[in-house]
Amino acid sequence: MKFDNKTYMLLETGSFAQKALIAGAVGLLLSLVGAFMDHAQFFQAYLTAFTFFTTLGLGGLFFVLIHHVTGAYWGVVMRRVAENLAYTLPIMGLAMIPLFFGMHDLFHWSHEEAVAHDAILQWKAPWLNTTFFIIRNILFFVIWSWLVHGLRKLSLAQDAGDAASLGKMRRKAAGGVVLYALTVTLFAFDWLMSLDPHWYSTIFGVYVFSGGFLGAIALLSILAIKLRNNGAGDIVTAEHTHDLGKFLFAFTAWWAYIGGAQYFLIWYGNIPEETIWFLHRWEHGWKYVSLFLILFHFIIPFMVLAFRAVKRVPVLILAISGLTLFMHYTDHFWMINPVFNDHHLHFSWMHVTTFLGLGGIFVWWLALKSGKDPIIAMGDPKLQKSIDHTVH
Amino acid sequence: MSQTLGALARFANPAELIEAAKKVRDAGYQKFDCHSPFPIHGMDDAMGLKRSPLGYIVGGMTLTGATVGMTLQYWIAAVEYPLVISGKPFFSWQAFIIVTFALFVLFGAFGAVLGMFHLNRLPRLHHPVFYSDKFAKVTDDAFYVSIEAEDEQFDDKKIQEFLSSIGGTDVELVAGE
Repeated sequence: MKFDNKTYMLLETGSFAQKALIAGAVGLLLSLVGAFMDHAQFFQAYLTAFTFFTTLGLGGLFFVLIHHVTGAYWGVVMRRVAENLAYTLPIMGLAMIPLFFGMHDLFHWSHEEAVAHDAILQWKAPWLNTTFFIIRNILFFVIWSWLVHGLRKLSLAQDAGDAASLGKMRRKAAGGVVLYALTVTLFAFDWLMSLDPHWYSTIFGVYVFSGGFLGAIALLSILAIKLRNNGAGDIVTAEHTHDLGKFLFAFTAWWAYIGGAQYFLIWYGNIPEETIWFLHRWEHGWKYVSLFLILFHFIIPFMVLAFRAVKRVPVLILAISGLTLFMHYTDHFWMINPVFNDHHLHFSWMHVTTFLGLGGIFVWWLALKSGKDPIIAMGDPKLQKSIDHTVH
Repeated sequence: MSQTLGALARFANPAELIEAAKKVRDAGYQKFDCHSPFPIHGMDDAMGLKRSPLGYIVGGMTLTGATVGMTLQYWIAAVEYPLVISGKPFFSWQAFIIVTFALFVLFGAFGAVLGMFHLNRLPRLHHPVFYSDKFAKVTDDAFYVSIEAEDEQFDDKKIQEFLSSIGGTDVELVAGE
C-alpha cells in the first residue's frame, strides 16, 4: 500500500485485498464443512461473527453521521475511511442471508410447538415471527445501505467540486441519525436479545451500539496508523490519533456505563425473569468470561487510555485498539453463546473459521473501497483546518 | 521605594510575538510571559512551556474520591449501622458503585478547578505589568512580551537592548513598589 500525495489515492491495495479474499474464502469453506457436521454450532458461531462485523460497520456509519451533524473538523481527514468502513454494511446484508436458514437453530420463538404452550411467546408473536423478522431485517440493511451509499456518493461529488453536497450530506445525516437509532436498537433486539425471548432490557440496543462504536473507533485508529505508515503522515498526524484515542477512552467508559446501568437495575430489582440472563452468564464457566469482560473491556483499557502516550505512540495505539477489537468479539460471544449448549461455556473451531470467513470478506471489501477513490475527503472545505488541527 | 520590577516590549502581530517568544526562550530567560488579546496556537511550544501536571492532580483526586466513596459506604452499611435492605448483603458493592462514581467525578472536578487555580497562581490581585500605562492596550490589539526582574539574567540596561534587538517596540522598564 502506498499513499499518493497528489491525488490522495491509496495505491497498490490489490494484493492486500486479494490475500483477504483468499483468507475469507478459506474460512467460509471450512465453515461450510462445519455446517454439514453440526449446523446448530455453525449458526451460533456465524451469528457471533456476523453481529461483530455488522456493528463495526454501524459504528463507522455513526462516525460519518455525527461528523456531518456536528460539523466537527478534527475528523475530516478520517471521514472517507469511516465512509469505507460503513460501506461494509451492504456486504454484511448479504452475509445475513444464510442466517435466515438457521433461524430454527437460533431462535426458540421460531419453534411453533414451543409457542403453542407459551402465553408470553404467543403475546410476542406479532413481532417475533419468522416472516416479519426476515422482512424487517432486510429493511434495516436497505436503509443503512441507502444512507451509506448516498453519503459516500455525495462525498465523492464534493471531491469533484460540488459545493452543494455539504448541505445535502448534513440534511441526510440529520434524518439519518434518527433512522439509525431506531434501526440499530431493533437490530440488537432481534438478533441478540430475542435469543432469550422471555428476557427483555430496554437499554439493550444502546449497549450493542456502544460496543460497536467503540470497536469502530479502534478499527479507525488502526487504519489511521496504517495511513501514517504508508505515506499519509502529513495529513493524518499524531493529533488525529490522539483525538481518536480520546474517543476510545470516552466510549470505553460509556460502554461500561451502559452495561453497568443494565446490570444494576436488574440486580436491584432481583426479579427472576430478568436476573436469569445474568445467571446464564455466571454459571457453568461463564463467570470467567464475565469477569474477563469487566477487566479487559473496561478497567484496564480505561486506566491505560488515561495516559497521553497511549493516544500518540503508534505501537501503543495498535496494542490498545487490538485489545478493544478482541474484547468486542468477546462481548458478542458473551451475549450470544450462553443461550446454547445447555448454557455451558463452549468455544468451537467454527468460531474461528466463521470469524476468518466474514472477516476476510469484510477486509477485502474495505481494501477494495479504499483503493477505488481518494482515501481523504479532499473536497471538504474543512479539510485544511482538520490537517492543521492540534490537540492541547 | 520604587524599584524595577520587569521589562515590557510590544510586538506588531501574533506571528512576531511567537518569534519573539522563541528568541526570549533561546536567550535563556525563565520568568517571562507573552500577552495577547486572544489565544495563539503554538505559543506553548514557542515559550518552551512544559506540559501541565494538572492531569496527574486530577488523576490522583479521582482515585482518592472513589476510595473515599466506597470506604464511606462500606463503613456505614457494613460496620457502623448495618441494616438489611431488600434482603441484600450488608456490603452490597453493586449499590455503592453509584456514589463511588459520583465522588470519583466530584473529586476530579475539584482537583481540576482548584489545581488549575493553584498552578496559575490565582487568585492574584495585582501584577507589575499593570504599572505600565501602554500595557492596557493588550486587551485590545497589542502583543507584549514581559520579562520579570526576578529572572536571574535580568539587567536593567541589557534587557532593553535585547528586547529592541529582537524587534520589540515601546520597550520600557516597569517600576513600582
